[in-house]
Amino acid sequence: MNTNSNTYTIVYATVVVIIVAVLLALVSQVLGPRQQANIQLDQQKQILGALKQDISNCDDPAALYFSLVKDTLDVNGHPVYVAVIDDEPKFVLKLKGAGLWGGIGGYLALDKDLNTIYGANFNHESETPGLGALIVELPFRQQFEGKHIRNAEGEVVSVAVLKAGTQAEGQEQVDALSGATITSTGVSDMLKANLAEYAAFLSELPDYQPETEEAEVVNEKNQTSNQTEE
Amino acid sequence: MALSQKTKETLLGPLNANNPVVVQVLGICSALAVTVQLKPALVMGVAVTIIVAMSNVIISLLRNTIPMRIRIIVQLVVVAALVTLVSEVLKAFAYDVAMQLSVYIGLIITNCILMGRLEAFAMTNKVWDSFLDGLGNGLGYAAILIIVAFFRELFGAGTLLGFRVIPESWYVANGGFYENCGMMMMPAMALILVGCIIWAHRSLNKEEK
Repeated sequence: MNTNSNTYTIVYATVVVIIVAVLLALVSQVLGPRQQANIQLDQQKQILGALKQDISNCDDPAALYFSLVKDTLDVNGHPVYVAVIDDEPKFVLKLKGAGLWGGIGGYLALDKDLNTIYGANFNHESETPGLGALIVELPFRQQFEGKHIRNAEGEVVSVAVLKAGTQAEGQEQVDALSGATITSTGVSDMLKANLAEYAAFLSELPDYQPETEEAEVVNEKNQTSNQTEE
Repeated sequence: MALSQKTKETLLGPLNANNPVVVQVLGICSALAVTVQLKPALVMGVAVTIIVAMSNVIISLLRNTIPMRIRIIVQLVVVAALVTLVSEVLKAFAYDVAMQLSVYIGLIITNCILMGRLEAFAMTNKVWDSFLDGLGNGLGYAAILIIVAFFRELFGAGTLLGFRVIPESWYVANGGFYENCGMMMMPAMALILVGCIIWAHRSLNKEEK
């Protein structure tokens, strides 16, 4: 058979492409649910990380997730995961931004005063290993715990990620990673931009909270204590 | 099982005398990108080995039917299909690793070693030989990746496979005398390391040539 004729070439190309297309479509269909489950599990693990749960020895992170996270609210298309830890509600916000090489993201858990950061967790697509990729590690994340996203007047001003030695004006700060200035700035910008997206949620304590009045008292108290610090 | 001289040559040649990275200088881009740490380098090496071996086998099986004018396209389709398969399987069964390697798995398609082996070997050789050739070249590539990643992770971060090798107490920050070499984290350093390996390799193999 002449394998160089036009007809043969066209038929050959068509058959090869169809076989490959069918094969890949099949594999994608078969593995799809498994991949989705992985993506969901990964998201649950990250939320657990923001809630300061150690899941390194946890056999079933999904069960732990469902035992803590009671509800998911929707704020203009942005999710808020409501978790209850030690009878205290925590609100987990989803973050999305840009690092040096690709996207970065994360979850920020706030106490019920919607001011104090309970915990933070970050992820990245392709930051430099050993430099920007260190945003996912505990030493960087733990810096955020206990910081406040509001200034003394109660406005949401986010938390700055700054080189040690520089001083943020009117907001609290954590140390940037050395050698990863652009990734650190990315985290800082991501926090600011995403907290702005959540403005509607942060402006008032959510209906979800049954003891709203009590929570507001705590909120005010917190702000006064901030002022005294200042 | 004793291997014949030719089989030995096909399988072991690419590991040393005809190494795809240090002798043919192919696949350099990915060698720079994934070698900051040992673990991604290992996974990348394994993935490339599997894909080269399998695509070599497939192209060798088809070699008498492929129309000459579109042979490169057919090779590319086979490689792209295999890479997509590996990527899908990793996402389903080893999600963490898939996330760590991110785009580089997809970029295996552009690895010159694959097209090089398909065009130079699989198109004209029998299936079993092609399989061994693919295996040898994949392992030869993996070996260089692992050597480069070993030095970059050890001197750049003081760890190996994520485990600390250089004690924390040695660091200047903790009152010691040692500091990581930040240069090791840069892709440029991988190129310099590959250059050093080529240098060492050439001087060791001088007598044979």
